[in-house]
Amino acid sequence: MTSTIDAPRSPYSRSPQKRGVNWEKWGWIYMRVSGVVLVVLIFGHLFVNLMIGKGVDALNFAFVAGKLANPFWQTWDVLMLWLALIHGGNGMRTLVNDYATTQLTRGILKSSILAAVVILIVLGTLVIYTFDACPAGSPANLLPSFCSAN
Amino acid sequence: MRSAHRRPDIVVAAISQGGLVMPQQSAATLASQQKTTSLRPAGTLYRGREGMWSWVLHRITGVAIFFFLLVHILDTALVRVSPEAYNGVISSYQTPIMGLGETALVAAIVFHAFNGIRIILIDFWNAKYQKVMFYVVIGLWVVTMLGFVPRHLYNVFNK
Ligand code: HEM
Repeated sequence: MTSTIDAPRSPYSRSPQKRGVNWEKWGWIYMRVSGVVLVVLIFGHLFVNLMIGKGVDALNFAFVAGKLANPFWQTWDVLMLWLALIHGGNGMRTLVNDYATTQLTRGILKSSILAAVVILIVLGTLVIYTFDACPAGSPANLLPSFCSAN
Repeated sequence: MRSAHRRPDIVVAAISQGGLVMPQQSAATLASQQKTTSLRPAGTLYRGREGMWSWVLHRITGVAIFFFLLVHILDTALVRVSPEAYNGVISSYQTPIMGLGETALVAAIVFHAFNGIRIILIDFWNAKYQKVMFYVVIGLWVVTMLGFVPRHLYNVFNK
């Protein structure tokens, strides 16, 4: 791919009005802002799921259901879902820009990234908000303890 | 050309020109303006040594985490299907091999997170300390992994 490179410090060739929103700039800012928030969200997520108690060994439906029945963890997880997928998707877009050379492969790869991000955000959000911690007819020993309380 | 906006050397230069603009010049342009016979390009953070390796690692870990995340959302979505479906796939993860995989994944995330903070500090604070900050990242990574790995492997191998 060839591109003409302006001399350093030369002014924009297009006027500010014609340039419109600088999406690359906002993407650049988004990577940094989301990154800072993700450190907290992901480290907390890993700590609670892998470090407390018996760690991975304790993970099962009852554990996850207990967390997702709590609005605090619902909010935590939904934030993490959106921020991480958009951050990761935008990062992958950067890689495609760097390494994919033909218009066709760039288009296919970027559309696939976009599709994956959109589908998983919709799926994940639906799961978090339509989730039933005590599905009827499931064996009580698989459910969180609060299910049998009522 | 490589997109210039991830190259703090250029971004810093851009900021000093008055704001968060993303100039399209490459490192080669910068280097060719140097009046020196040195083979090492000056004015670049990202060619060779700490600056380059941190970038390579940041990229590889970012991609690895992205693909893991795709799978991770799908397996977690099984909680919406049934307790049996979710427990089935999770118990297939609770094996020694997967336990080692999780260790590698956490190692990748912790590096990406700390180095991400380093990138942000380079961009908004000072690029002068990028090398020192790289070793701080490695140090914090070692400490975090020392806190995590023994405990995780204990959980994985002691059933
Ligand atoms: C833990 C907190 C995280 C922090 C602090 C962080 C920080 C950053 C920063 C500052 C960048 C550079 C953006 C740029 O140069 O414009 C970046 C790139 C990237 N991140 Fe993250 N990130 C985090 C989590 C994640 C997660 C969870 C994923 C995957 C879903 C991810 C995937 C990526 C990818 C693919 C890139 C592009 C790499 C490149 O351009 O070389 N990051 N990250």
